[in-house]
Amino acid sequence: MSILVGEDTRVLVQGMSGREGTFQTERCIAYGTNVVAGVTPGRGGTTHIDRPMYDSVKEAVEQAGANVSLIFVPAAFATDALLEAAEGGVELIVCITDGLPTLDMAQVAQYLTKTGVRLIGPNCPGLTSVRERQKVGIIPGNIHQEGRIGIVSRSGTLTYEAVSQLTALGIGQSTCVGVGGDPIIGLRHRDVLELFENDPETDAVVLIGEIGGTAEQEAADYIRDHMSKPVTGFIAGATAPPGRRMGHAGAIITGTAATAEAKKDALRDAGCYVADSPGQIGITVQRMLTERRIGF
Amino acid sequence: MKIHEYQAKEILRSFGVAVPNGRVAATPEEAGAIAQELGGRAVVKAQVHAGGRGKAGGVRVVSGPDEAAEFARGLLGGNLVTAQTGPQGVPVNTVLVEEPVDIAQELYLSVTVDGAAKAPVIIASAAGGMEIEEIAEHSPEKITQVHIDPLIGYQPFIGRRVAAALGLDAAQGRAFGALLGGLIRAFSEKDLSMIEINPLVVTGEGALLAADGKINTDENAHFRHRDLLDLRDAEQEDPLERVANERGVQYVKLDGDVGCMVNGAGLAMATMDVISQVGHAPANFLDVGGGGSEEQVAEAFKIIVSDPDVKKVLINVFGGILRCDVVANGIVSAYREVDVKAPIIVRMTGTNADEGAEILNSSGILVAVAADLNDAAAKVAEIG
Repeated sequence: MSILVGEDTRVLVQGMSGREGTFQTERCIAYGTNVVAGVTPGRGGTTHIDRPMYDSVKEAVEQAGANVSLIFVPAAFATDALLEAAEGGVELIVCITDGLPTLDMAQVAQYLTKTGVRLIGPNCPGLTSVRERQKVGIIPGNIHQEGRIGIVSRSGTLTYEAVSQLTALGIGQSTCVGVGGDPIIGLRHRDVLELFENDPETDAVVLIGEIGGTAEQEAADYIRDHMSKPVTGFIAGATAPPGRRMGHAGAIITGTAATAEAKKDALRDAGCYVADSPGQIGITVQRMLTERRIGF
Repeated sequence: MKIHEYQAKEILRSFGVAVPNGRVAATPEEAGAIAQELGGRAVVKAQVHAGGRGKAGGVRVVSGPDEAAEFARGLLGGNLVTAQTGPQGVPVNTVLVEEPVDIAQELYLSVTVDGAAKAPVIIASAAGGMEIEEIAEHSPEKITQVHIDPLIGYQPFIGRRVAAALGLDAAQGRAFGALLGGLIRAFSEKDLSMIEINPLVVTGEGALLAADGKINTDENAHFRHRDLLDLRDAEQEDPLERVANERGVQYVKLDGDVGCMVNGAGLAMATMDVISQVGHAPANFLDVGGGGSEEQVAEAFKIIVSDPDVKKVLINVFGGILRCDVVANGIVSAYREVDVKAPIIVRMTGTNADEGAEILNSSGILVAVAADLNDAAAKVAEIG
């Protein structure tokens, strides 16, 4: 069993009948993801890309046995979709939508914590279990190679970059998780590291962070105190000036802890391998695996 | 989005937070007239979207209307350069003229979002007047942080807790609780990402007054706060950033000479990093976005090459949702419309990378094709 998703995963897609929802769901299905239902209010009783549509998450959970929700609905409706998914009975929500109001996410995150439902995102590429062919998100399926390295990252395309560097070196992946670039998200780097630490199918982890916030320092604390598996880290944004938001709402240097250098130092102090250049993520992982005598 | 101090104070006032009497002026004559109304002595403050105004000569206590007008004349129409602006500074189009504040004590108070706690947080200190980073460095024990559970919202006990930490007496504590309640209501009802009052002044008579006010709004929530859009002052933004913003491209102007176009914020930052590692510096951050169209790519390209600082261009695209052939077509169409002198280095991989390369090859545009990120960096150093 890989982390978060696996052979028991039964995905419902909120916003499946939209343009983006349709396009991405087709790619998930082609990869092997077990998509069992779509939810669009008003479309219940119809089918879309050969899947039954429901008016509500609750119906999709009760009638199609869905346990994971993948969300593509537009930002203005995403808060409602998130809360409906949590209340409707799924165990995991993956929210690709970006542009959610931060204070909405604060409420959603607190509610999820109280109900025990896990969230990946929002504003994220989702996750892919390479070993069990479950892609719940938008990470291109063809860049992966099956293996035993876990990846956790904030961003989309930088994650693809890291994956492709690993694949080019013949280093396969177990599960790849993009947690999202917003100030308030569901699972954070630290939470995903804990899942990888406890995953028998993962031998080592790649952690990709960026400027802003303190998620990488929390991750470093966890690595130092609790992790037995080796970690390679990279932090994007060493050249970003303070006080300027670099695309992601969370990627802004406010105070010294938020800089790339402070985060790299925290990772080094926790015993991680750190790639100084984004072009060296793959070879740094290769060096880590060789030195730690881990096969791949 | 940043707004001006005078706009922030209007919002604060509407939520019951006391601010000094005063108004905003766009001409020296108005500034003088407002000072006159306030009784002569006044504080004149340049209204710009940057901190460090005091040290930069943008704030002065004036003794009367004539001095207010004279000081305003020196500021208005010019640019103010502070530690937080670029060397060109930011334009001063208005000044805030306020009555002077009788200061007995200066406190620090802000509300922002704590991503780790997934909740708004109140940050308060009895060591007001300094930057919070300075307080954190010199007297961290004087900083109090109290989170607000978003499912509960503000409650009076939160005010009592912060007031006690600030060492306020019972009467001041009650006034502080009312003020903090108003602040939190403003924060949540207006979907703000930051309110900072520094200093929050305890006057000689023991009243609380927000002598300064800084507010940032959450742009993701602007769809339900159309009134906040009216507060935007586009002149405070870099001209290229303003154009990019209007065309839906995430762009930040930087100091270097290598223009870059990337899809995705993380990869865009990583691309800037790799440029600096070969001894160059990025001229900008640019994320064309995941759902970028050919037109959007073309606009992004035009924005980059319209920057006179740009001597080389690096395009780094990892095709996912955004296909490489769409990117290539966008570049080709923009290239034919504008005069491009800078050499172009392209690294494309992922969805339809081969089709994209073919479009660029057959277009006759002179581009250097890089195999991967390291090769792209090497070519940035070699070419031009």
